[in-house]
Amino acid sequence: MKQKFIDNFITDDRYLYLLNGLKTTLIITFFAVIIGILIGFIVAIIRVSYDKTVKETKRKFSIGSFFFSVLNKICQLYLTVIRGTPVVVQLMIIYYIIFADFNVNKVFVAVLAFGLNSGAYVAEIVRGGIMAVDSGQMEAGRSLGFSYTKTMIYIIIPQAFKNVVPSLANEFIVLLKETSVSGYIAVMDLTKGGDIIRSRTYEPFFPLIAVACVYLFLVIIFTWIVGKLERRLRNSER
Amino acid sequence: MKDNCIIKTVDLCKYYGEKIHALESVNIEIGKGEVVVIIGPSGSGKSTFLRSLNLLEEPTSGKIIFDDVDLADKNVNINIHRQRMGMVFQHFNLFPHMTILKNMTIAPIKLLKMPKAEAEKMAMELLKRVGLEDRANAYPSQLSGGQKQRIAIVRALCMRPEVMLFDEPTSALDPEMVGEVLEVMKELANEGMTMVVVTHEMGFAKEVADRVIFMADGAVVEEGSPQKIFSQPENQRTIDFLKKVL
Repeated sequence: MKQKFIDNFITDDRYLYLLNGLKTTLIITFFAVIIGILIGFIVAIIRVSYDKTVKETKRKFSIGSFFFSVLNKICQLYLTVIRGTPVVVQLMIIYYIIFADFNVNKVFVAVLAFGLNSGAYVAEIVRGGIMAVDSGQMEAGRSLGFSYTKTMIYIIIPQAFKNVVPSLANEFIVLLKETSVSGYIAVMDLTKGGDIIRSRTYEPFFPLIAVACVYLFLVIIFTWIVGKLERRLRNSER
Repeated sequence: MKDNCIIKTVDLCKYYGEKIHALESVNIEIGKGEVVVIIGPSGSGKSTFLRSLNLLEEPTSGKIIFDDVDLADKNVNINIHRQRMGMVFQHFNLFPHMTILKNMTIAPIKLLKMPKAEAEKMAMELLKRVGLEDRANAYPSQLSGGQKQRIAIVRALCMRPEVMLFDEPTSALDPEMVGEVLEVMKELANEGMTMVVVTHEMGFAKEVADRVIFMADGAVVEEGSPQKIFSQPENQRTIDFLKKVL
């Protein structure tokens, strides 16, 4: 037992596969989350604003509303494609097709693929959060003289954000674990690291359980942080 | 047209689709300093009319002349004009993620570019007037309905509006809290604020209104002084309505 442990982690500094893999996994997740939030909020706001302004008022044709409609269509297409195909396939398409002729950093490709993927899910979560804010809030903001945009920024989005924290946290837990398929484009992430150890020692137990424990540990820490954040945000409801 | 007219609607219509006519050619003039109370059965279009005045409802046709500007004109920047018209809603609509003080000061700070200290000083003075200065740092959820509505009124007053619109301000309140809100509104009326009030509080209408308008089916049926409307109504619909509510 002890010998197996030494073979798997100590010999040839094999623990480094896990350590470096963990670093890569965290980098991919961190930047993908940022991209996901950015894309998600932008897409959600475009979709909600389109529904609330152009579609409802049915104003006469104008350049602005035409531009807005095109933007909305692009967002819808993005959501359909991203949510309609597996993330592994998206990852491989971006690496093997889109960046086929470029010598590009694989971690960058992974960040891009997972960020784009996550953005679609975040967009729908945020859209739900915005729609859950009582319509009276928009009316109150507008009646004070705030523009639609300013009401969104000062009044609607802060409340929507509070609504979506639990679902967003869930999305990022999923994202963290989804990055484990990065190995498909030969990114040395945590899962790939464990798998390499297994292929060297022909001993699956230690490396795979170790990998699983690291993911579990990360998720527990993250959940704890989100719990703290939620409690702080909820202060105003006491 | 009256010389001191501040808001005037001309043939104001609001249709939802082809069938539903919420407002049918409504012509109303509101003078500076006047307190106009609009009464009528539910579905009579009184709330729709009130909400059209600051364009929360976009009218289908007609004009809303506020200070010589037609607000229904699509080229008008409505946000500027809304700053001069305060509105109080049935369901208060305080911002739950902000303290009372922040609820009151955010609009003057962001829109009127008032310095924060000045805005807070003004807000505290207004809070004192409605007896809620000790709740400045509370959140809306910690307040009773009556307190929330009083805050909603002073929040609107923070923008120093020229007109105040009240959309059934006491309808969502427990009966024992109606009085405290009406009291604030009465004070406001005595100070000469121009007010348009949609309400079911006939006592308030009798006591405070300069003019009472009875609406039904999206149109003005009868208008006049409170004495006239409540003591000698002429129209049968007004008579029927008052019989039910008084």
